[in-house]
Amino acid sequence: MLEQVRKPWTDRRAERSLGALACLVLLVILFMVVFVAIRAWPSFHANGLSWFGAKGNVDIQLDRMVNSGANPTKADYQLGAWPLIYATALTTGVAVILGLVFSLLSAIFIVEFAPESLRRLIVPIVRLLAAVPSVVYGLIGILVFVPLVGNHLITPGQKQSVQYVIQLSGGSLLVSSLILTIMITPIMIAFTVDGLYAIPRSWREGAVALGVNRWRAMWTVTVRAARPAILAGAVLATARALGEAIMISMVSGSKGFAPNPADGLTFLFEPLRTLAATVVENAESINAPAMRASLYAMALLLLFGGLVLSLGSWLIKQPLKKYGVRN
Amino acid sequence: MATRSTLPPLPSPSAPVPGGPGRKRRVNESVSTWRLTDRIGYLFMWAAGLLLCAIGIGIVLFMALKGLQYLRPSLLVSRPQADLDQSKSGGFLDPLLGTVILTIVGIVIATPLAVASATWVVEYGRPRWLGRAVESGIEIIAGTPDIVIAVFGLVLFQQGIFGWMSFTAQGGAVFGRSFLTAGSMMSLIALPMVFASTREGLQAIPSHVREASYALGKTKAATIRRVLLPSVRANISTGAALGMGRIAGDTAIVVVLLGASLQLDPQGDVPGLKTLKGTGGTLTSYVYNNSPAGEGNAPQKAYSAAFVLLLIVIALNFAVDLVARRGSAQGIETSRLGAAK
Amino acid sequence: MIIEPEPMTTTGDRSDPRGAPLPPPVRRIRLDEPATIANAPVVGEGAAPGSSRMRRATLRTHGPERMTLEGLTVAYGDNTVVKGVSLTIRQGEVLALIGPSGCGKTTLLRTLNRLTELTPSARRGGIIRIDGHDIDELEVTALRRRVSMVFQQPNPFPMSIFDNVAYALREQGSKRPATRTLEPYVHEALQRAGLWEEIKDKLDHPALRLSGGQQQRLCIARALAARPEVLLMDEPCSALDPKSTQVIEDLILELREELAVVIVTHNLQQAYRVGDDVAFMYLGDLVEYGAAEQVFGAPRAERTRDYVRGAFG
Repeated sequence: MLEQVRKPWTDRRAERSLGALACLVLLVILFMVVFVAIRAWPSFHANGLSWFGAKGNVDIQLDRMVNSGANPTKADYQLGAWPLIYATALTTGVAVILGLVFSLLSAIFIVEFAPESLRRLIVPIVRLLAAVPSVVYGLIGILVFVPLVGNHLITPGQKQSVQYVIQLSGGSLLVSSLILTIMITPIMIAFTVDGLYAIPRSWREGAVALGVNRWRAMWTVTVRAARPAILAGAVLATARALGEAIMISMVSGSKGFAPNPADGLTFLFEPLRTLAATVVENAESINAPAMRASLYAMALLLLFGGLVLSLGSWLIKQPLKKYGVRN
Repeated sequence: MATRSTLPPLPSPSAPVPGGPGRKRRVNESVSTWRLTDRIGYLFMWAAGLLLCAIGIGIVLFMALKGLQYLRPSLLVSRPQADLDQSKSGGFLDPLLGTVILTIVGIVIATPLAVASATWVVEYGRPRWLGRAVESGIEIIAGTPDIVIAVFGLVLFQQGIFGWMSFTAQGGAVFGRSFLTAGSMMSLIALPMVFASTREGLQAIPSHVREASYALGKTKAATIRRVLLPSVRANISTGAALGMGRIAGDTAIVVVLLGASLQLDPQGDVPGLKTLKGTGGTLTSYVYNNSPAGEGNAPQKAYSAAFVLLLIVIALNFAVDLVARRGSAQGIETSRLGAAK
Repeated sequence: MIIEPEPMTTTGDRSDPRGAPLPPPVRRIRLDEPATIANAPVVGEGAAPGSSRMRRATLRTHGPERMTLEGLTVAYGDNTVVKGVSLTIRQGEVLALIGPSGCGKTTLLRTLNRLTELTPSARRGGIIRIDGHDIDELEVTALRRRVSMVFQQPNPFPMSIFDNVAYALREQGSKRPATRTLEPYVHEALQRAGLWEEIKDKLDHPALRLSGGQQQRLCIARALAARPEVLLMDEPCSALDPKSTQVIEDLILELREELAVVIVTHNLQQAYRVGDDVAFMYLGDLVEYGAAEQVFGAPRAERTRDYVRGAFG
């Protein structure tokens, strides 16, 4: 039988073996969804749809799960994860919107308007920012920006105004969103720059030859034609923002609190915690069945969020293809 | 031809016709003649570009400053001890080793899998729907948060069949955390990058190279092995370097699947394998634990470890540039900022 | 040259002494026949096919001067591409720029609307005037609305046909005009470009779905939308099939009534059909410049004579 293996591989065999390895990848994803769903089921079963609602202090509920031990009762599974979901949506939304504007302007700068010397500086900087680990961002955040906000930006008056509900100490929506924006911007810049470079120069030249200035020509022709690439970058960036756990856990103040827009400016300074950060922080207690089910439920939600994003971006790209917008 | 005299005149643009008295002055396209919205946009664009540079340089300078301030060579070689007194709590040798081991395990698993998948997708790819499914699948993996992968890894490796990969308690409960399990999940983190680089490299090889090989009587398998793969070596290395950078910088999987302990904690008896089956920590978990968010409160240690981590990650990411410039890399130039993806 | 085949023989006759068959016969080419040159067509008499496309009679008055070039010199880096060219561009006339590849005719065209400024290494000397004003002292976007350009490869934007034509109109002025106000201008431009009948009910279709010839006419319509005074055309038909080429040449002859047209072409027959004045350039120098009948029929410079007779290209 060793003879068989030693013979030069036929194409058939090579194809089958390589294909099998490739399909392994698909199986991994399939298993991922199935296994996580199975483990998450008890939490959804015990809470029903109210899992997504607000049922009081999430931190208290989580503590209870940790202490519930190996045989939790149904009451121990109680969880109203709304504050966490809300926090995730809030930080991700703010980061993506700010990041989109920031990255689009930067990308146009890199492609068209930057002087050569500055362009040679910016491109490595973008790659550098993409490479910095999230824990380093978190470290700078927690050692520099959180004290900055806590001691210098938040006024005592603001602290007093919410002191019966929550304590303000610097770890906040503001710092989380801003650092998250910086983290996801390089991804969007990379996709947008590639997309802009792929647009034929003849279009831009034609627009300029019609008497339109370079800025408008860039926006109305090139950026418009590069929309699929920009969208692809935004989708990947959103997925990254959704799943960011460590950095958020370090700078967000880490309280299962839903920041209240009605508080005015103080809203920005209120602490919060996202789904991903919650999972990471409670990972050590994952052996308690109640906690395990809840954490898997949160992970499942994040997984679905990513899948929905991929599907959504594919759907949005379809009508854009009609006008010959490049893919 | 329609009579044009009945149409009203076009709105005339407000463009001045300046003249110097015969003095020739090239009036380039100056921003001052643009509409107000254009000018504001232009200003914001410059602000964005400069802000980006400032942030990047700021981070590097700040970390360098703090790192050089707190980093001592002794930290790199002494083992960490759990002690509140910072002068006795040692360095971060174990986490440093942990980073190295984890990165190696992760990339060793990821690379063959990614290269095989990319080769199959580019060179075979039948049936079509399967090829597209594999590509979409890898995109989905790329977009999955690391925390979800970590949690999935835990589910998977706590099953009985994987008991050989980590510590198994007397009662049969599989711990599920070890370098092997964490490394396997880390391979998923690096997989998309190696896959994408390899695929780009293979697609960039013109078809006449393959045709020449077939014309000489070689089978497809032999062509792949002897002609195509060697020529995309640079691409594979690039992808692997990027993947390693990502593995080294990941924290969530370490916390969930490696135990994030201070010291390396081997399990079992076989030398080498026991470390892999054991738990430990990496630089990332060390930084996390020593920051105010973790248990320790040792910003100096955190800064120094973070500085070393940043150096490693930057070195890995910019090694890509050296490889691309030196090697005859196919298709690496096509994506100018591709590394950042 | 006359090509005369050898008389065919059967293989039975054509075998060498050893009996093996000889290779097939070779056709001989006779090199000693004198060269014949076709005479240039006589101008002015009608009834020739396509006479509607013939030029006006030689005696004509010149239209008003639109643009003048005085001693124009262009260099990319150290390489001088255009050397001291002086020309006049008049309304009601088509100026054809001819010459072999690399002679600078396209660069010359691109300086007329200051498109060479997009290339960082380009430098320019000499003066170009439009209606008496030095174009360097005009705001460049205003200049480009008065001097429009059509490119070699049709480059419609990835938008609908209407949006393409309305593009220049939308982006000028300080307020974006409403779509309804733009409709008559788009209609007019498409009519002038001869495209209206074909696409009048398809205005919101994507422009990239049109055929090559239609796309080029769309680009012409787009260039006409802002009612320029001068239309520059850089080999507009070289990427098109003969039928579309004919359509566009007819179009040029119609357009020249209201505009000054400058067309760069490497197709001598096209230059003859379409041009009123012809400028022949060679390696950056303006070798000959005059009326088309004179440049093609009785060229003064020997190089011109060689070029128009096809001795080099």
